[in-house]
Amino acid sequence: MQDKQRVVKPHIAEEWVGKIYTLLCIFFLIVTIFSMVYFVASKGISTFFLPNVNLLDFLTGLKWAPEGSPPAFGALPFIVGSFTTSILAALIAAPLGICAAIFMTEIMPGVGRRYLQPVIELLAGIPSVVYGFIGLSVLVPFLRDVFPGQGIGIAAGAMVLSIMILPTITTIAADALAGLSHSLKEGSYALGATRWQTIYRIILPTTLPALLTGVVLGISRAFGEALAVQMVIGNAPHIPKSLFESTSTLTSVITLSMGNTVSGSPHNSALWSLALILMSMTFVFVFIVRWLERRSKV
Amino acid sequence: MRKSLLLLMAIVLTFTLAACGGSKNTPSNTTGDKGNNASQGASGDQNKPTETKQLEGSILAVGSSALQPLVEQASKKFMEKSEYSKITVLVQGGGSGTGLTQVAEGQSDIGNSDIFAEEKFKDADASKAEALVDHQVGVVAMAAVVNPAVGLDNLTKQQLVDIFTGKVQNWKEIGGADQKIVLVNRPASSGTRKTFEKYALGQSTEDLPGAIQEESSGNVKKLIAETPGAIGYLALSYLDQSVTAVKYEGVEAIEDNVVDGKYPVWAYQHMYTKGEPNEVVKAFLDYMTSPEVQDNDVVELGYIPASKMKISRDVNGTVTQK
Repeated sequence: MQDKQRVVKPHIAEEWVGKIYTLLCIFFLIVTIFSMVYFVASKGISTFFLPNVNLLDFLTGLKWAPEGSPPAFGALPFIVGSFTTSILAALIAAPLGICAAIFMTEIMPGVGRRYLQPVIELLAGIPSVVYGFIGLSVLVPFLRDVFPGQGIGIAAGAMVLSIMILPTITTIAADALAGLSHSLKEGSYALGATRWQTIYRIILPTTLPALLTGVVLGISRAFGEALAVQMVIGNAPHIPKSLFESTSTLTSVITLSMGNTVSGSPHNSALWSLALILMSMTFVFVFIVRWLERRSKV
Repeated sequence: MRKSLLLLMAIVLTFTLAACGGSKNTPSNTTGDKGNNASQGASGDQNKPTETKQLEGSILAVGSSALQPLVEQASKKFMEKSEYSKITVLVQGGGSGTGLTQVAEGQSDIGNSDIFAEEKFKDADASKAEALVDHQVGVVAMAAVVNPAVGLDNLTKQQLVDIFTGKVQNWKEIGGADQKIVLVNRPASSGTRKTFEKYALGQSTEDLPGAIQEESSGNVKKLIAETPGAIGYLALSYLDQSVTAVKYEGVEAIEDNVVDGKYPVWAYQHMYTKGEPNEVVKAFLDYMTSPEVQDNDVVELGYIPASKMKISRDVNGTVTQK
């Protein structure tokens, strides 16, 4: 009898093993995230201890010549490039993605769910270097022939990115539309509304926060994409006068120069500062998404 | 609940800081270990009275992606040799800056670079370059390259300067077709660009609005071949029918002109070690400069063998006859 009582019952042991294992996983996750934030922040902030560099000039300066004499660290062209490219990409992809989601859930659920959705989700699995290469080989020559300019630039970058973020927007929109309660739709039909009236008077307004969540997640994915954009955007550190002129984004300038700079040099530190800006923007996007998600529950 | 959450946050933060503080020390530790291992292996061999000395150890070579294919190919042949079969050579890319940083900090044994270390480590870091020993394994020459429709096959230094500083905007101003000039440049930090600016232009240039910057030679060639009015520069091994290589001051960019110093736009390919290399690394570097590699792999991959050069040039560009 006594021996039996001393042995810990198996389900209690299991409980503890499970608890400790999950706690350890979470702990490592949090340590990793904190270390990364700390690492990027400490490297990025070191730029601002250099003589002649301050935060305001860094964020609003127009001239980027870190190896020039005197060196200039103006990151505004990259910030402008990143924002215009990703917002333009969302403007192209959002109508396409949301319409595809409506088609899949409201208009032809059978065909849409079975064939269209897997095809769109396939787009998410294509490596970004493939997108970049297709952009450079097909899109850039096309834009160069049709529009004045070099073909390379924000327009090409935004188009490539819009295809890349289409799956994100479509999947989230489709899930939101499918999760809408049937009573709302049935009520609308019972009042004599047509399908189209139901879609744009009832369904779209109710699911708007969730649809916007998808769009914001898409923008944040576009904001962080480096390789495909770098291949088609031209990488000149200037704010362009047209959509078909060479310019840079935060990610493209980092990937372009990081390997060629020695760590600790002003140029290298300035690239870390750009990474810090990039990371802070990602946090802002995460907060926007959280805020939208809270609204959608109401 | 809230209190325990706060406690957790505090613990996490301490660990994070500790981890970060620790990480700064680790590179030097690991390299210390690595150095010890290598030297132990070497000294152990020396103590043995055996006549056939089998070197043992591992070599990490990091840096220039332009030099990577050559080092990789040579390292494979090196490891296949029976007397070196116990040596492992690892080759990584990452750029000249990465290579120089890692070798200076002792994280890698060899730092591959297409630029002199003195040109990368400047001002406060200048002392880092002094500790590095240069081993030149090849020469890469570059030519200014234009889109075939431009209709020019010779450019003077002054014309190139005018083009790359934006003074000349259209090819017809210097005798070409009526076509706007499109610059296809390298990033300001690139070794290829520094070489081109130093020896072809004689000055550094700023990034002009509208200029395209590409990192890889393949993309540069593609863009020049396709974009009307494009000009850029490429290593000789990348030249083909799709683009036109122009003469520089009337001198054609071919190996013979580079070797006897008539054509100035070229750069050494460096493999740096921190201090004099240990036996294992030295064996590999000796192999890289041996005729076996110099006359085969180096030529095959489009570089010019360092041994063939009739002139030599130092970091300041001073040329001496060999």
